[in-house]
Order: sequence, then C-alpha cells, then structure tokens
Amino acid sequence: MSLISLRVNGKTHSLDVDPTTPLLYVLSDDLGLTGPKFGCGLGQCGACTVLVKGQAVRSCITAVEAVQGIEITTLEGLGTPDKPHPIQKAFIDEQAAQCGYCLNGVILTAKAFLDKNPKATEKEIQEGMSRVLCRCFTHTRMLRAIEAAQRGMAR
Amino acid sequence: MAQGAADALERAGFSRRNFIKGTGALIVSFSMGGALETLAAQGRPAVFGENAAPDSPLATEVDSWIAIGSDGIVTAYTGKEELGQGMSTAQTQLVAEELCVPLSRVKLIVADTSLTPDQGVTSGSQSHPANFNHSNLAGACATARQALVELGSKQLNIPADQLVAVDGTIRAKNDASKKVTYADLVAGKKFNLKVDASAKRKPASEWTVLGKPIGRPDMAAMATGTFEYVQNVRRPGMLHGMVVRPSSVGASLMNVDESSVAGMPGLVKVVVKKNFVGVVAEKPWQAIQIAKKLNLTWTPGPELPKQETFYDHLRTQKPVRDIMLVNSKDVDQKLSEAATVVKATYLHPYQMHGSVGSSCAVADVQADKVTMWSPTQGVWHQRATLAMLLGLKAENIRVIFTRGSGCYGINGADTVTYDAALLSQAVGKPVRVQLTRKDEMAWENYGFAFTIDERAGLDAQGNIIAWDHEAWSPVLGNRPVYTFPGNVITGFLAGFQPEEFKPRSPAPEPTSFTNNSNGIPSYVVGHVGGADHGAGKIKSERAQLHNVVSPFWTGPLRSPQRLQNTFAHESFMDEIAAHAKADPVEFRLRHLSETRMIDVVKAASVKANWDARPSPNPRAKSASGFATGRGISCVAYEGDNGFSAMVAELQVELATGKIEVKRLVVAIDAGPISNPDGLRNQSEGGALQGLSRALGEEVTWDDHNVTSIDWRTYHSLPLGFAVPKVEVVLLDRPDLPATGAGETAITVVAGAIANAIYDATGVRVRQVPFTPERIKAALAG
Repeated sequence: MSLISLRVNGKTHSLDVDPTTPLLYVLSDDLGLTGPKFGCGLGQCGACTVLVKGQAVRSCITAVEAVQGIEITTLEGLGTPDKPHPIQKAFIDEQAAQCGYCLNGVILTAKAFLDKNPKATEKEIQEGMSRVLCRCFTHTRMLRAIEAAQRGMAR
Repeated sequence: MAQGAADALERAGFSRRNFIKGTGALIVSFSMGGALETLAAQGRPAVFGENAAPDSPLATEVDSWIAIGSDGIVTAYTGKEELGQGMSTAQTQLVAEELCVPLSRVKLIVADTSLTPDQGVTSGSQSHPANFNHSNLAGACATARQALVELGSKQLNIPADQLVAVDGTIRAKNDASKKVTYADLVAGKKFNLKVDASAKRKPASEWTVLGKPIGRPDMAAMATGTFEYVQNVRRPGMLHGMVVRPSSVGASLMNVDESSVAGMPGLVKVVVKKNFVGVVAEKPWQAIQIAKKLNLTWTPGPELPKQETFYDHLRTQKPVRDIMLVNSKDVDQKLSEAATVVKATYLHPYQMHGSVGSSCAVADVQADKVTMWSPTQGVWHQRATLAMLLGLKAENIRVIFTRGSGCYGINGADTVTYDAALLSQAVGKPVRVQLTRKDEMAWENYGFAFTIDERAGLDAQGNIIAWDHEAWSPVLGNRPVYTFPGNVITGFLAGFQPEEFKPRSPAPEPTSFTNNSNGIPSYVVGHVGGADHGAGKIKSERAQLHNVVSPFWTGPLRSPQRLQNTFAHESFMDEIAAHAKADPVEFRLRHLSETRMIDVVKAASVKANWDARPSPNPRAKSASGFATGRGISCVAYEGDNGFSAMVAELQVELATGKIEVKRLVVAIDAGPISNPDGLRNQSEGGALQGLSRALGEEVTWDDHNVTSIDWRTYHSLPLGFAVPKVEVVLLDRPDLPATGAGETAITVVAGAIANAIYDATGVRVRQVPFTPERIKAALAG
C-alpha cells in the first residue's frame, strides 16, 4: 500500500491503496463511483472507460499509479440527470439504451472521439466505436445519438 | 442500491407482509358477487405449470398488486422485472392508464420476495401475456378502478354509471365539482377483493398513456452514470469474493493448498464446499489476486466430445427424452408418393448470453436472516433453492431483484447469487461477488446446440404435401426453478445434481398442441386433439425432438429452440421454393392459413419493396466482386405468442466470403402495442443481436475446456461494425390479447440472412454462424 493522489471529476483524493490496483477498482470501491463498470477486466469491451486528459482510457487495465495527479473524468463527472452533457442528452433523447450497462463506455468513447474528430463521417464514427460492445445491440440508436451530438457540437 | 433506499424497502417489506397477511383493520370491503367467489376458491394460480411459493402474495387478490396511499400514490407490485426491455415503463403505463392517474403518481415495486407476488421467472416473452390481459396486474388494476367507482358512488350518492375515474379522483360525469379522491376513499386500507377477470379493461381506443412512446424513466440515470445496478450495491462491512472454478469440465477437487495464499493482503477466508471453491477478501482486487494464486489440485475431467464431429455425435447418443410434437401418421406414405422429395440438415451451435457486464450479486447471510441482492429472473426460485443450498428456512430469506447487465435468458445471474450466498455464509458478513469474464463465459448455461433434419414432399405443381422435422439437441441443467440448485454450475459444485429427465423413448403421441419450441413449422395444420392449431395448410406433418445429455450446462437463451428451429424451417422453406421455382414470399403465402402471419409477411415485403422472383438472383453477381441478394423469413412465435417477418438485403464479397448486411426490414405483430418506441427498441435490438448470432457467435471447446472465454474468442459484433439500416413495421392489434414481443425479431434473422446469401450466390449455407471461412468454402463448392 502507498499513498496515491487522484484527481477525479475536479476533486483531489488521497488514497492508501496498492499502486498496481487497476483504476476501475479504486473508482468503484474506494471512491464509490457508479459510472465506470467492470465488464471484462481485459480492456476488450469498454464498460470501464474513463477520460484521462480527454482521452478514452480503459480503467480495468490501467494501474492507478499511472494516472496519479492527472485529471480523470467519469460519466457522472460529465453531467447530471438534471443537467446532462449534450452528448448524454442526445442519448436520452434517442432513448439509446436497453439495459444501459455499456452506456458508460459508449458515451465516453464517443465523446473522446468527437472531441478529436468533430467532422467525422458516419463511417469514421463507426470505426471510432469499433472496440466498444453493446450486447443488447442498441447500435442504431446509439449511432444516431452520437451523430445528433456531433451536429449539436457543430452548432 | 443506495443505503437509504434499501433500508426503506426493508421497512416496507416487513410492514407490507403484515399488511397483506393481516386480517384486522379492514375498513374497505367490496362484495362483487358469485363469480369472484369461484375465483377465490381457486387460490394461487399455477406459474408455468408449477405452483407459486406457498407463502407468496396471492395473485388472485387485488391487494397483492395494488395499494393506494394517503398521498394518492398508487403503488403497484409486480413479479415481472425490468431487464432492460422496458417492462417497468410499460407496466407503469398500464397502471396509470387503468387507474386513471398520471405516470408520476405510480410507484412500481418489482420482484422482491417480501413484497411482490410470485410470477415465476421474467422470461419467455411472457410478461405482456401475463400482466397486460385480464388477470394479474391488469386484472387487478381494472378491478380496483371498478371498486373505486362503486365506493365513490356510495360516498357521493351518485349512481356508478354516472361516475368516471379521472386523475386520481372519482367524479360525476356531468359535474366536475362532485368528486372524491382515491386517497380519501381507500388511503392505506386494503381493497380486500379478488381480481375480477371480467372487470372492464379500458379499451385501446380510450388510451391516453398506454400505446404512447413514453420514454424510459431510468434513461437519464443510465446516461449520466448514476443508475445503480446490482454491481453497484455496497453494504456496511461488505467483503469481496471470487470463485475458483474447476480446471476442466467435470473435474473434481483433490486438494486445497491454503498455504499458497497465506498472508496475502486482505485475505479473509478460503471457502470450500465439495467442489465449490471461493475466496473472500477485504477488497475486490485482493480477492482476484488470491483466487489466482490459490493452489488447487483437480482430477482430470472426462474428455469432451470433439467439436468437429459434435453434430453427428448428437444423433448417436441415446436420448434422455423424446418429444413428438405433431404426427399425422401418414408422412412416410405421403413422402413416398410425392413427385419430389427435398431433404436438408441444419446445424446450430451452442451460443452464450455473454452479458457485457459479468454477473454479480450481493449476499448478507446471517444465522436466521438472509438478504440477497440478485439480478435473477426468478426471485422466488432463488429463495427456494437458496434455502436448500444454505440449509436455512425459505421464509427467512429475502431476495430483492436488483438489475444487472442485460441477460437475454439465464446468464450467470443465478449461479453468482449462489456464489455470493455460500461465501457470505462462510464469513458471516455481506459479500459481493462479480464473476471474471472467463468464469462468466466458460460456465454459463449455454443456448442449445441443434442438429435438425428437414424433409418435404412436393406434388407435381410444386405444392408441399408433407413436412417432416426431426431434431437432436443436448441438454444439462436449466433454470433452478424451486428445487434444483444443481441446474447451474455453483449448485452442482456444492453437491446438488441437475434435474434428471425421466427417460421417455420412444415419444408418446401428443395429446395436446404446444409449439413453445417452434419445432412445428408454421406451414402445417398442427392437427392435435381433434383440431387444427397450426398457422399453415400442410396436412401431412410430423415434428419430433430428441434431447441428449450435454457436456455443458444449457438453458434458455433469447428465443430458446424457437430461433434454432425457425432457422431450419425458414431456410428449408426457401430451399423448397427454389425447387418449385417459386418466389419465396408467394410460396410462403401459398402455404399459410393464419392471417396474422400472412399480414406480417406482406407488411415486411411491401416495406422492403420485395423483388418478386425465384431465387437465386440471376443478376446477382457483378463485376465488382460482390454479389447482392434478398431473403425473407417469418415465424408464428411459439405458435401464437407474437408474429414477425423479416426481409434482409446483403452483399457477399466473393473473394473473402465476407457478408455485409445492408438492410433489415422487420414487421412485428405483438397484439395491442403498449409502447411503440419500446417495441421498436426491442425489435431493432433483436434484429441486430440475431445478426451477431447468425454471423459470428459460437461456443468453442477443446478436449477438456471451453475456449470461447472472452471477446476475442467469442465474436460479438461491436458498435463499430457496418450497421445495416433497420426498419421496423409495427402492426397494432388493439382488440386482440397482448403477446410476447422481445423474441420475435431475433427469431427470424438467421433464416433471412441464409436465404439472402443463397439469393446472392446460389450457395446454401446450413450451419450457423455464417463466418467468412464457411461462406468462402461453400462458394468454392
């Protein structure tokens, strides 16, 4: 165990944890956050995604010591049910979920992608989402929501 | 679930039980006459042919379903869960509609053994049929409204037929000032009434809430990461468990070397019960490390049947159960007289539920009181089997359904609930277990593999005169129901056996019609017990199934058996149409009698602008190296529990065998539509999940172990694949009973795709999934 300083959703936390612990467990169990989720523990599905300096990072395979002091944003740090971020609002408007478990990874991956590629084509967006899984297969609605968010960003 | 909410539920639980069971302080009591007395005498209804738990709230009592508080809030209690399919939204709409209150004044309590009636499992496209017709929740709501009007009549001294229920009040039709609120009529008191199946439901023509595309109330919380799944449940003093599954299928535990983990950080206990092994630690990452390090010795398990020859292997096993679904007893004769006989064999692999979030449960097992937070589809089943597993009394166990990742059937939810319970019992503290990806995928109850033979006889005009269907499918375990914890892996490892089939071979002749498996094709008359029950016209018919023992656990996966059988029937129908040189749509219509089937086939083909001609497409192959085709497929789901038809349009890359589906058009008839957007969402998801299963998903194994254990080895189509355009046509049937809706779209996908591949290439693929390698090999012929 050692003292780790984490900056999550604008707040700084000082935690006594094993520095090799994957970030996901620290977020879920030490900080009690509900946005990032365990899906595979292998970095394959995207459910655990968080933004690290705006980049989509898979927290289940990222050791907590690697992101000390760096700004981390989770899905609940993006917006709230009353004041959702525009991309979250696009998903709500499109009713783009069934069980919703994958939404964390879908929304954060899309946000990081759109921030970097605001003019991406439909095909490029699909490629940008190529490592994210939704097993309810809400794909059509999710892609529609991402495109709606993209149009919103362009305005 | 947040601490506050859990505590509130707990408090509600105890008072709720007393409330329902209590006999004193009944202030409101309505007399409804003779018919209801008969209903009352019937007592607890059967759930899927089994009796509900003896101490569950009676489904025949209005009070089991509906309570009206002094604040006017209508609380509804349901056993049908929100699994992501939108069932809570639809049920809230139902209650608001029937009781004439705004959605915001309905509170829905879902699947909790301290609070809700025993409705068996939430599965099998049964939630709408169970709760939206005339019994259960819908019946209770209609009965309650009727009773409120009668009570209002007494209170206001106005005849009931001059009163109307509006916005939580009963008021005079011609004078809005003469009114009384529900709260004033019944607040906090029991209805003390039987559910009246003849209570008048609101006709669909008067709906203002049902039938509308109401958004999911949980959507904002899901999109902002604040929705609390079972994975997010945290209890005071909670520890974390991990399980260690056997080294191979069928292996037994020889030795546990606890010294291998001695002194590891956070270790609380190593737990062993027969072949069940788990560890408990203070933190989840510690539990994972300890589970990895724990040195166990296992016997080598038996060698598994070779995957390459598995489909033939199924035919050669002695069946544990034979089922004859329909038999006109003239099939062999008609086939011998036919001008042409067409034969084909279809193969479908084991597939998995593969929930994106691995299964999780939290258990708090005390000596005389157990609380479980579980994503199980059957809370009462869990309660009964947990009692067996833990050696405790069922009445001391409370199972609270807490939503997990989408399950699509029996994923790891039941088994992980047992895992958490066993570990919590061993340490006497709350324990949370979330399975690893491998433990989820290697040990779940897979969707059934199938080998299916189809034979048909044609007359000289190309009409089908006889259809013969014979299938072989492996089974082991199932849902635990009330008495078989051994039906899932943890129960088995802890010493319980899976349910045994009483050998029944040869199959007895059918005495009543059932087509729950869709083993009977849609095109036959289905003549059983002196009447025709089928959707088609073919009189000479035989359909039978042989179950053999599976090396792996099996269980319902979205559209169990129905999907596999429909893939075979619909591929075969296309093959016969090609023999008859007939257009596949026209050929289907020629053999169908059920108008709802005919209507969905027509609706899908009209919407898709169907190119009417025999397959294959003579102009399909272009110089570009791609061939394009279209295919159709349809189903009368479970015979009469929903209808769907799909047209698929795709292209095949001839050099690689790679399929790109461009468009899926699906027509759905699910009876009256509760929520059109919810039904579209289910149908779109079903279409694409079906596509993933048709194109890539297959459980694989070697001599001793399952080898499809993560997302690299089990191939699910990611968000980024070239997603086809999905168009859903809804056929509303406001005057017919509600049917299932969650499994109709997925059932027809593999057939539509196989038929479109044939249309494009002239090559018939009869084995799912249609991987590029298989298509390429088939093209090479």
